[in-house]
Amino acid sequence: MREQSRGAGGGTGPAIALDALTREFVVHRRVGRFRRRRDVVTAVAGVGFTVEPGESVGYIGANGAGKSTTIKMLTGILTPTSGTVRTCGLRPVPQRRTLARRIGVVFGQRTQLWWDLPLADSLRILAAIHRLPASVWRPRRDELVERLELGRLLEVPVRQLSLGERMRGDLAAALLHSPSLLVLDEPTIGLDVLSKERLRTFLREEQRLHHRTLLLTTHDMDDVQRLCDRLLVVDHGRLVYDGDLAGLVHRVGARRVLVVDLVERAAPLTDVPGTDLMGVEASGLRQRLAFVPGTTTAAEVLAAVSTRVEVRDLSVEEPDIEDVVRRLYLTSVR
Amino acid sequence: MAEARAPERPGAWQAYRVVLGSRLRAQSSYRASFVLDVLGSGAITLVEFSEVYVIFHNVPVLGGLDFRAAALVYALAALSFSLGDLLTGDIDRIPVYVRSGNLDTLLVRPLPLLAQLVTGDVQLRRLGRVLVALGILAVVLPAVDVAWSPARVGLLAMTPLAGAMVFSGLFVAVGGAQFWLVEGGEFANAFTYGSSYAASFSPAVLTLPLRLLFSFVLPAAFTGYLPAIALLGLPGPPWLPAWLGWLTPVAGVLTWAAALALWRLGVRRYTGAGG
Amino acid sequence: MAGFRRYATYRVATAASAFTNTVFGLLRASITVATVGAAGGTLAGYDARTVATYAWLTQALIGPVQVFQWTELAQQVRTGAVAVDLVRPMDLQAQYLATNLGRAAYMLLPRGLPPLLVGALTFGLTLPTDVWPWAAGAVSVLLAVQISFACQFLVNLAAFWLLEIRGVMILYVVTSGVLCGLYLPVHWFPPWLSTLAAATPFPSMLQTPVDLLTGRLATPSAAVGALAVQLAWAVGMLALGRLVLAVATRRLVVQGG
Repeated sequence: MREQSRGAGGGTGPAIALDALTREFVVHRRVGRFRRRRDVVTAVAGVGFTVEPGESVGYIGANGAGKSTTIKMLTGILTPTSGTVRTCGLRPVPQRRTLARRIGVVFGQRTQLWWDLPLADSLRILAAIHRLPASVWRPRRDELVERLELGRLLEVPVRQLSLGERMRGDLAAALLHSPSLLVLDEPTIGLDVLSKERLRTFLREEQRLHHRTLLLTTHDMDDVQRLCDRLLVVDHGRLVYDGDLAGLVHRVGARRVLVVDLVERAAPLTDVPGTDLMGVEASGLRQRLAFVPGTTTAAEVLAAVSTRVEVRDLSVEEPDIEDVVRRLYLTSVR
Repeated sequence: MAEARAPERPGAWQAYRVVLGSRLRAQSSYRASFVLDVLGSGAITLVEFSEVYVIFHNVPVLGGLDFRAAALVYALAALSFSLGDLLTGDIDRIPVYVRSGNLDTLLVRPLPLLAQLVTGDVQLRRLGRVLVALGILAVVLPAVDVAWSPARVGLLAMTPLAGAMVFSGLFVAVGGAQFWLVEGGEFANAFTYGSSYAASFSPAVLTLPLRLLFSFVLPAAFTGYLPAIALLGLPGPPWLPAWLGWLTPVAGVLTWAAALALWRLGVRRYTGAGG
Repeated sequence: MAGFRRYATYRVATAASAFTNTVFGLLRASITVATVGAAGGTLAGYDARTVATYAWLTQALIGPVQVFQWTELAQQVRTGAVAVDLVRPMDLQAQYLATNLGRAAYMLLPRGLPPLLVGALTFGLTLPTDVWPWAAGAVSVLLAVQISFACQFLVNLAAFWLLEIRGVMILYVVTSGVLCGLYLPVHWFPPWLSTLAAATPFPSMLQTPVDLLTGRLATPSAAVGALAVQLAWAVGMLALGRLVLAVATRRLVVQGG
């Protein structure tokens, strides 16, 4: 029975298929001193999308938009109020344990590793939990240890690992059983720049090498740019955008900002084509120019600035996710 | 289905064995702390027994039992409880798992939640309680007046195991109930530790409603008192005839049936499937 | 009163604890009343009603006096956060003492009233009608809170030397529980055990306040004597705590935490 369901939906069907997925919660609010009011809150409201095997999808939204609730429903932790969800062709809650063999889940805020055991022990336990033969999991572990540079950390108790090291350990734990779908809930939260970059490189490689499907939630614009071929944006429980980053930026007109530090003080740069002057600091030594990607590029703006003043240093500020989502929401209600 | 496939997939028991083995190794690795933990845990049983001792320092008979008989009741109940506690004593920490979100990481693994919690949380230090309870039993047995027969030897051997079922079932039941009472974990103690306390004495000292509560709702009397009077050939108080002492396994099975039902409802509530 | 406000947020937890204290009260009162009955109606000055009162009063005081474990300071030590506590302008022991007083004040009614109410309805209680036992009892409970805190503070300090204080804390809780009279009145102990108890601060944590509240120490001199013993234990244990804390922090500074 188990072997059969393992075979079904293994290769051809979509990795994730949601249709009109809805989840409501009943909350009791205190009204006055003793009375309580019963309210129904809709965390996810009729979300539908399909993710094909091998895709890398970012699931984006502000806090409380319904991201975690969706993740819980498609990993089998939470039952939908209505609508359908299929993950790897399975119904997540009724077939939770079968599904668990096919997916890997990483929660950025908590670890599935055993706190008081060395990482090597946690990996061995997980291999046993997934009932992997030694001839399967040992080579897989060795590959993950090498690519995640865990060799030095294998004998260290997990509680002594840094956050970045622990996250790499958690990734190895989630990938040991070679799941076809990897779900990551805020995988880069709290990590330093170097650890984030390392993680992204690894995840891209994992997707390419093993045709792994990735679904991740994040607040980090760099994660989105580096990792996600496709973005799903949710707001107030509804899917408000499905497409790539360029399309999203184009749709909301999200602006990048070129910050230039000048060698000498200069008058405000109000006349650079395709830009708005956002601010002038240090009496003209630093100026901030906003532009919409697609109408012009950072290089063109810089070239235009350089004909006017001498630039000592520059940086580009990316639109922030929360801001993009807010603008998207505004454009969709308008 | 049965065709030979290489490599062979290890069985589920292998998973539990590895989890259990590594838990035990981790717990015994800090020797000084571990020894203190075992001593502390053993001391609980000894100190609780001092209450029985102090009572019988003052009176010769309480609830139809003399000191020796009362000590037998205590030893059987304590052994039952400590074995049950060893097995599932941390299930009542469900609120901690829920609040930390660690329950979610367990739910995305291919083993039943309850089995993971039991094997992942066995506390070796609780062996201290088991050992002290066994010690008290070993001292008491030669001192009590039992007409030994093969059936009574069987009853004695069966009681701690069936009693452990009763207490581990109670732990699982309150664990299931705690999915509704995440902020009120302490409620659990009234049922688990309360039953353990009630089991340590003759239920004849309790008023009838309490006696029935701690015999037929929370089957505490089945873990110590009832088997003890069956062994000693003593009559029980109203509603508790001595022959009930042979039915501890039935109490254990019924407790587990109720516990599993509550547990399933609790998990269904957590996963939002109802309840 | 920071402690008071902080603990006021744990409504459900407090209700759950009061419920458990009440269930144990039913069992303890049944057992002690039956014991008095088996002894022929009185035992060491207790009759059925006064011993039931004893059982219910001790159950009511478990929360405020904090008879069971408290490991907050040990956790601060283990995580290293104690360093932050140490550099605050207020003395470390005083910080925790103030928080604990707030906690005790908050716990007094929600943890104390339910067991007393159930006790009064099921067993009947004998409480003093005079004002003096109540006054002496109130002072005694306040001192008991301090003594219990001072002892727990000491046990927590073990975290500076031990990786895990769970075993030590369990040993402390079970030993102090028996010797303070949580299970049976200290007056029922065989001589060797009551001598042992008298050499510890534990009877001052429960037995003494309940003795005063039930009018067992009726004469003014007996009452004042009992309060003096409590005061001595409170001052002594708090001072010992300071001493050990000084040693521990010196060790922390020398070893660089």
